[in-house]
Amino acid sequence: MPNTSFSEIIQTRSGEPLHTCYFCQKCTAGCPVAYAMDYKPAQVVRLILLGRRDTLLRSNAPWLCVGCDTCGARCPNDIYLAPVMDVLKEMALEAGLAPAEKKVYALHQSFLDSIKLWGRTHELSMLMEYKLRAVDLFTDLDLGLRLMLKGKIALLPERVKDLERVRALYRRVGR
Amino acid sequence: MRKIGVFVCHCGLNIAGTIDVQRVVEEIKKYPGVAFATDYKYMCSDPGQALIREAVADYGLDGVVVAACSPAMHEVTFRKTARAAGVNPYLTEIANIREQISWVHQTQPEEATRKAIETIATIIEKVRYDEALEPFSLPLVKRALVIGGGIAGMTAALHIADAGYPVVLVEREAQLGGKMRQLSGLYLNFDAAPDLLETKIAAVMQHPNIQVLTNAEVVELGGYVGNFTVKVSSGFQVPGSRLQVPGSETAQSGINLAPETRNLEPETQNPEPETFTFDIGAIVVATGFDLLPKSELGEYGGGRPPDVIDGLQFERMLAGGEIRRPSDGAVPKEVVWVQCAGSRDPELHMPYCSKICCMYVAKQAIAYKQRVPDGQAYVFYIDIRSQGKGYEEFVQRAMSEYDVLYLRGKVARVFEEDGRVVVYGVDTLSGKAVEVQADLVVLATAVVPSTGARDLAQRLRVSTDEYGFFSEAHPKLRPVESLTAGIFLAGAAQFPKDIPETVAQASGAAAKVLGLFAQQEMVQEPTIAFVDEELCAGCGLCVAACPYEARVMHSWKPIAVVQTALCQGCGACVVACPNKASSLRNLSTEQLLAMMEPVL
Repeated sequence: MPNTSFSEIIQTRSGEPLHTCYFCQKCTAGCPVAYAMDYKPAQVVRLILLGRRDTLLRSNAPWLCVGCDTCGARCPNDIYLAPVMDVLKEMALEAGLAPAEKKVYALHQSFLDSIKLWGRTHELSMLMEYKLRAVDLFTDLDLGLRLMLKGKIALLPERVKDLERVRALYRRVGR
Repeated sequence: MRKIGVFVCHCGLNIAGTIDVQRVVEEIKKYPGVAFATDYKYMCSDPGQALIREAVADYGLDGVVVAACSPAMHEVTFRKTARAAGVNPYLTEIANIREQISWVHQTQPEEATRKAIETIATIIEKVRYDEALEPFSLPLVKRALVIGGGIAGMTAALHIADAGYPVVLVEREAQLGGKMRQLSGLYLNFDAAPDLLETKIAAVMQHPNIQVLTNAEVVELGGYVGNFTVKVSSGFQVPGSRLQVPGSETAQSGINLAPETRNLEPETQNPEPETFTFDIGAIVVATGFDLLPKSELGEYGGGRPPDVIDGLQFERMLAGGEIRRPSDGAVPKEVVWVQCAGSRDPELHMPYCSKICCMYVAKQAIAYKQRVPDGQAYVFYIDIRSQGKGYEEFVQRAMSEYDVLYLRGKVARVFEEDGRVVVYGVDTLSGKAVEVQADLVVLATAVVPSTGARDLAQRLRVSTDEYGFFSEAHPKLRPVESLTAGIFLAGAAQFPKDIPETVAQASGAAAKVLGLFAQQEMVQEPTIAFVDEELCAGCGLCVAACPYEARVMHSWKPIAVVQTALCQGCGACVVACPNKASSLRNLSTEQLLAMMEPVL
């Protein structure tokens, strides 16, 4: 106690200066999804500095973060937590842990697959993949139907012109 | 028969809005002895004061009553006006018809007007019997005594001596320097305390105007401001007092054990204390502080575990060079600082904040990390109070540059286990319990008054607060004066202070001393007590009653006498005296009875 290397790693990978945190809780106060998090944004910073690796890699907070950057925009010490949350998600997957929010992870994967396939999202196929991955077939079906009737959801995908360049990005990160 | 003028002020509508001032003037004109009465919008204004001066000249007045605001507001103003017009200032009195009448009886104008007339009549009676007085002049000894040779005392002594006045500096220990002698680098810039201190000590020792007495204590104080008589015993050892010898054990053990205080052997002392007597005009008390003994803190080991030390012990380690823990001389890899150890604890210890700990702990943690870069420093705190120029930035540097882990929460328990010191605490920011297996624990123990401060305060007849810190005359407006005239305060003797604040207060105390010494002689208000020698039976009740030590028995006559310089004119002796031998000038019993006449 504490596992200082853990906080060093996160600070290096995220590039965020967590040691300057005042714990004023302004990030928590402004976060639109903090209500659903098991550890609030400022507590996540605290647990990182305390080296509580296991607690954090099992926390749902990184998965619920929507990356809106409200925390960083308001932080007196210019700490953005979205990159920190990304590092925590990556580390959880690297450690072979099941994501604390499976549906969020399923959506991320479906999104990435869609981009890999078309170079941009195709909502219909992406959401179908998500529903299969998340084993959640019926939620929001009525909403999807209404959007389709209004022509907001394209039936057929469109491919970008230079798909090869997008695919190259995927290859670079080994996916 | 005295010819008295009455001047009724409207104070805009403050008075005239409630009281019928015209009617007051008409009624008062009829009062016996009143030679002139008038009213004016603002009596304190230039035209108002001119009106008083003209009336005194035109009507030959020899007594003045101004019916206006509280005497605390403008008594001085109108007494000056009267003096300029040729009336003795002590024959000029204020009738307070604003604070005590118009403001409090706004809904009853009729009664207020009647009360104003009666109040003015009582003051007219007072003036009728007032004596023309002149302020006393008292001789003034222009030599200062500074008690305590730490940074506060030395600073004050140097300022006073530099201005050309002789100073007697009394230090209880064998050497000058006080607590600063035990410190390593100072916070913000890590200036070496010993270097700064040696320069100061050399300046004091070589100063032609400063006489330094070490191993010395003030044993007796007599007299009053400007004319104190002080007895100093040199070679004096207070029972239980200890001499601290920093760094003395380093050479023998090879390990920088925190050198404990040790009793000085009696043989090494001057076997026969010498007593010196000085005539002193003003005194600066700069007796500094001590730390609450660790033995008081049972939950933090009660002083038993060798690896649980206090802030000054850690300072001495830093000053000695290497950081090694007392038990086995190993370099500690996990060091915990416990802030508020005995401070901010109204139930068990001291309710106040000791003020200096937040900053010195940050400094010590940085200094530790500079010497042991792979070590881990933890600081448990309740709040961090870093109020000062550059202080907050310094604490932030400890956290961000030196990776000192600050944990918000008070430590519950510190105990020894398997050669380590276990610290139970909590991190309230994450809500997690924290347990640290530490190699060394530093308690930032509460700052308490210097040992013997209470006894000294009694000898000096200066009041202390409930903890033994010397009381200042006013918490905001008179922070360097004691309640005893001529005795000033500097440094942690008054309350915990860091070095810049201590130096500031010491400079302020020196300025107050110099302000006193700049006078040719001392001027004292004449409205004080006196004793009718014919009536005094020498019972001594007034001596006991006097809160200012202004009453003493005559050296050979069986009567009590007033030490005029000390008397504040409170009247306690008048009440205590069974023979009516004690009276106050211009507030005699006859006068009071006459003043009651108009309201009965």
